[in-house]
Amino acid sequence: MQHIVIIGNGISGITTARHIRKKSDHRITVISAETDHFYSRTALMYIYMGHMKYEHTKPYEDWFWTKNRIELKRAYVNKVDTGAKTLSFADGSSMVYDKLVIATGSKSNKFGWPGQDLKAVQGLYNYQDLESMEKYTKGISRAVIVGGGLVGIEMAEMLLSRNIPVTFLVRESSFWNNVLPEGESEMINRHIREHHVDLKLSTGLKEILSDDNGRARAVLTDQGEEIACQFVGLTAGVSPNIGFLEGSGIETNRGVLVDPYLETSIKDVFSAGDCAEFRETNGERKSLEQVWYTGRMMGEALAETICKKPTKYDPGHWFNSAKFFDIEYQTYGWVWPKPKDNENDFYWEHESGKICLRIRWNKETDQLLGVNNFGFRLRHHAFDKWFKDGRTVQYALEHLKDANFDPELFKKHEESIVAQFNAENGTNISVKKKSWQRILQLVSN
Amino acid sequence: MSSVDPSLSIANPDPKDTDAIQKLGLALAGLGVLVLFLSWGGVGIPAAIGLPVALLGILIGTTIYSARLYLNQPEGIKNNGVYFKSLTNRGALGWVTGIVLTGFYIILYWFPEYIGFKASGNEGFVALFDPLSMFFKGQPASQWFLYGTLYTLCITSLGIKFLFKYRHNRYQFIRTLVVIASQLFLAYLIPEILAGLNYNDVTNTSGEYLGYFNTDLKNTWPLDYDFFYDWQLDAFQEPSYQPIGTLYLIVGIAMFLLVTPVITYYVGKRWYCSWVCGCGGLAETAGDPFRHLSSKKLGAWKLERWLIHSVMIFVFVMTAATIYGYFWNTGEVFGLNIYKNFQQPYGFLIGATFSGVIGVGFYPMLGNRVWCRFGCPMAGYMGIIQRFKSRFRITTNGGQCISCGNCSTYCEQGIDVRAYAQKGQNIVRASCVGCGVCSAVCPRGVLNLENGPEEGRIDLPAIIIGNESIKVAD
Repeated sequence: MQHIVIIGNGISGITTARHIRKKSDHRITVISAETDHFYSRTALMYIYMGHMKYEHTKPYEDWFWTKNRIELKRAYVNKVDTGAKTLSFADGSSMVYDKLVIATGSKSNKFGWPGQDLKAVQGLYNYQDLESMEKYTKGISRAVIVGGGLVGIEMAEMLLSRNIPVTFLVRESSFWNNVLPEGESEMINRHIREHHVDLKLSTGLKEILSDDNGRARAVLTDQGEEIACQFVGLTAGVSPNIGFLEGSGIETNRGVLVDPYLETSIKDVFSAGDCAEFRETNGERKSLEQVWYTGRMMGEALAETICKKPTKYDPGHWFNSAKFFDIEYQTYGWVWPKPKDNENDFYWEHESGKICLRIRWNKETDQLLGVNNFGFRLRHHAFDKWFKDGRTVQYALEHLKDANFDPELFKKHEESIVAQFNAENGTNISVKKKSWQRILQLVSN
Repeated sequence: MSSVDPSLSIANPDPKDTDAIQKLGLALAGLGVLVLFLSWGGVGIPAAIGLPVALLGILIGTTIYSARLYLNQPEGIKNNGVYFKSLTNRGALGWVTGIVLTGFYIILYWFPEYIGFKASGNEGFVALFDPLSMFFKGQPASQWFLYGTLYTLCITSLGIKFLFKYRHNRYQFIRTLVVIASQLFLAYLIPEILAGLNYNDVTNTSGEYLGYFNTDLKNTWPLDYDFFYDWQLDAFQEPSYQPIGTLYLIVGIAMFLLVTPVITYYVGKRWYCSWVCGCGGLAETAGDPFRHLSSKKLGAWKLERWLIHSVMIFVFVMTAATIYGYFWNTGEVFGLNIYKNFQQPYGFLIGATFSGVIGVGFYPMLGNRVWCRFGCPMAGYMGIIQRFKSRFRITTNGGQCISCGNCSTYCEQGIDVRAYAQKGQNIVRASCVGCGVCSAVCPRGVLNLENGPEEGRIDLPAIIIGNESIKVAD
C-alpha cells in the first residue's frame, strides 16, 4: 500500500482519487487550500445568482469521503521536496508521499495592466474569488468586465442577476471569435445586447483608475474612454497555478510539463488537469487543456497508471459545451473560426436568430469533421460514433433526427436544415425518421 | 454564503423591476386575497360582490403581473434569487405561509365551523362561495366547495404564471396547459355540472339524501382511498344517478387495473403525476417556487422508500378489509372493526394529515412534493412499474455533464439527478414524476426525458464516452 497524495480537490484531483480508490487499496490524501470538500467550479456563478447554495454544488455528500477512505486535508503547500518525497505546508507541518499528483488548476490571467491589483479588481476561478465578488459588488452602480470569453460572459450574467449594469470590453471585433465562426459569434453579440449589456467590441483595457482607498473607481479603455465603475472583472483567460513548484526541480513551462502518461520530469510525480502541459501535443489538441471534461479524463487515465499499468491519456473526439445567458452551446469534433483549406462549411440559422447549426466536413472525402449547435441539443453518442466510423456529412444529415436531443414536444429543425443544405450543395439528402434501433447502436459502442 | 441582503419581498426584491402595470396586477391580486381573509375574519362582505372580486382579482391580477414580469425579459430559465428570497428560502415569509396553509388545512378538515360552515346556514368564508354553489347546483356551499374552488383557482392562476415563466420550453408549456385543463374540467366543472344535473349529491323532494360519489375521473384509487367505501359503492349504484354512476364505477376500476399500468409502461408515471393529477397539479403550479426545498440526502431517499411503500400496503389492507366488509356485510374482519381499525386511521393519518396538512401546508419548508414523494400510494404503485417495467427514462447525454447540480437542486422529488448524470448513466427512478425541470435547468443539454426500448435503459457505462485512454476490456 502506497500513500498517494493529490494536491488540488478540483475535478482532476478528485477524479484521480475516486478512481484510485476503485482500483486499489492505496492510502489517498487530497490537499486543498480552497475548500474542505470538492465542489463543482462550473457552478460558482449559480451561487452568486441565487440559483443554488454552495452545498448544492458539492457532487458528493460529506460522508462520502470517509466512507471511501479518501483523506481530505485543508492546507496550502509551500514547497515540494521531490528528493525526500515530502511536502511542506504553510503552517510549518509536512507530509510524506509515495506518489504525488499535482492538480492545482489555474489562476486568472493578469497582463500587467496598471491598477490590476487594486481592490474590487478580480477574476473568477475559485471560491475565494466568489466571496470577493460578493463583497465588492454590493450596492455598486456599474461593473466593467475585461475579456470576452466564457468566464467574462458568465460574470456579466451574474452581475445582471443583481441588477448591476455591466460594460463588457472585448478586445476582438466580435465575441469569442478566436474560437467561434462569425455567425455564432454574431448571434452571441446580439444576445448579449438583448440582455442590456453595454458590449464594447474591439476595445481593450488600458488602465484601471483608483479612488482614495485603493479601490477601482473607473477604467480607461484603449479607445481613450473613461468608464466609471466600482468593480472590474478580469476574465482574459487563465494560466496554470504552479507558483509553489519553484525550486522543486519539477520541470515547468507555462504548466507542469508531462509526458503522455501525465508523468512529470520527476519519477512518481504526476500532473493532471488545467495545470498540466503536454510536451507533445496530441493531434489538434492544445498543450494546455483548460476544460472540465479533459480534467476529468486525465484523472481517469492517471488512476489507471498509478494503480495498474502505464496508460496514456488518450482523449477521444473533442467535445465541449457552454451556455451564453439563455443560449446553450455544444460542439463535437473540430470547428475552427474559419474553415481550413480542405474543409467545407455549412451554416444554418433559425429565423428566431437564437438557434443555429454549423457543420464542417472534408472537401475530398465528405467525412464529417465537426459541428457547433446553439439553442438546441445534440446527442454526444451520435457524433462520437459517427466520427469513429468516419461517416460523411450526408450520412450525418440523413440521420440527424437520431442525434436530436431536444426535449419532447419541441419544434424540430432537421427538415429546414437539410433543405438549406440541399439547396446550397446540390445534394438530394432526405431526413430519415428517428430510429431507436440505430440510437441503441450508437450508445453500445 | 449569507452575505446577500435578505429580502422579504414575495415576488421581486428589486423594486425597479416592478413597473406600474405590474403593481396594478399585484394590487388586484392582493385585493382578491384581502377579500378572502376579511370574509374568513367574519367581515360581512356581500358575496355577490366579494366573490367575483376575490376570484377574478386573483386570476386577472396574477396574469397581469406574471405576463409583465416574464415577457419583459428574454425567455429562459428564471431562477435568479431563489435562495435569497424569504418566501423561497425558508425565511420569515416562508414560515408565515407555511403556518397559514397548515392552519387552513386543520380548520378545513376538523373545524370547518371556523371558516363559517354551518348546517344552520353558512357564514363568513364559506358563505362567500354560496352564490357560485347555488349557480352550479342550487345548494349552499360546503367547506369542500370552497376548497375545490380555491384549489382550482390556485392551479389556474399560478399555472398561467408558470406558462409565462417557461414559455421557451414547449414540454413545460403543453404539460402545464394539460394540468390546468385537467383540474378545471375533470376535477371541478364536470363534477359540479353533474351535481347540478342531479346526477350526484342529491337530496330528493322527500328530504332523503341519495348519496355522493367521486366524479373526478382522474382521481383514481388508491389515491382516492375511499373509492370502495360502502357509501360510495352504494352511490355509484343509486338508480337516479344512472348511467353516470355505473360509468364512473367501471371507469374508476379500469383506471387502476388497466389504464394506469399500460400508460405507465409506455411513458412513465409522469402521464399522471405531472400531467393530470390534482395533487401534482397544485405542486407544479402553486408549488413551483418551492421545488428546490426537497432534501437530496441519501437518508431522505431511504426514508422515502420505507414510507411510501408502507402507506401503499396500508391502503391495500384497508381497502381489502373495506371490500370484504361490503360484500359480507360484517363490519368486521378478523374481529376488527373495519371503520375504527382501518378506515378511520387511514383517513385521519394519511388522507387528511399526510396528504393535506403536511403535503401542502409544508410546501415552504419541505418542498412541493412531500406527499407525492413520501406518501402517495398511487405514486408508489406506478413507481414500481416505472422502475421495473417501463420505457421511460431520463437519458444522460454522453459525457457532457459538468456536475453543476442544477438538476438535483431543482428536482422536486429529491432525486440526486447529478449522481447519475455525472457517471453517464440514465436516470431510472421509481419516484421521478417526469416534470422535466431537470432537463430544462441543465445548462449543458445533458438530460432528456424519453420513452424508448427497455434494452440498456438502466446500464451503467463502464467508462464515460469521450475518453479512449481506458478500454473496457481492461
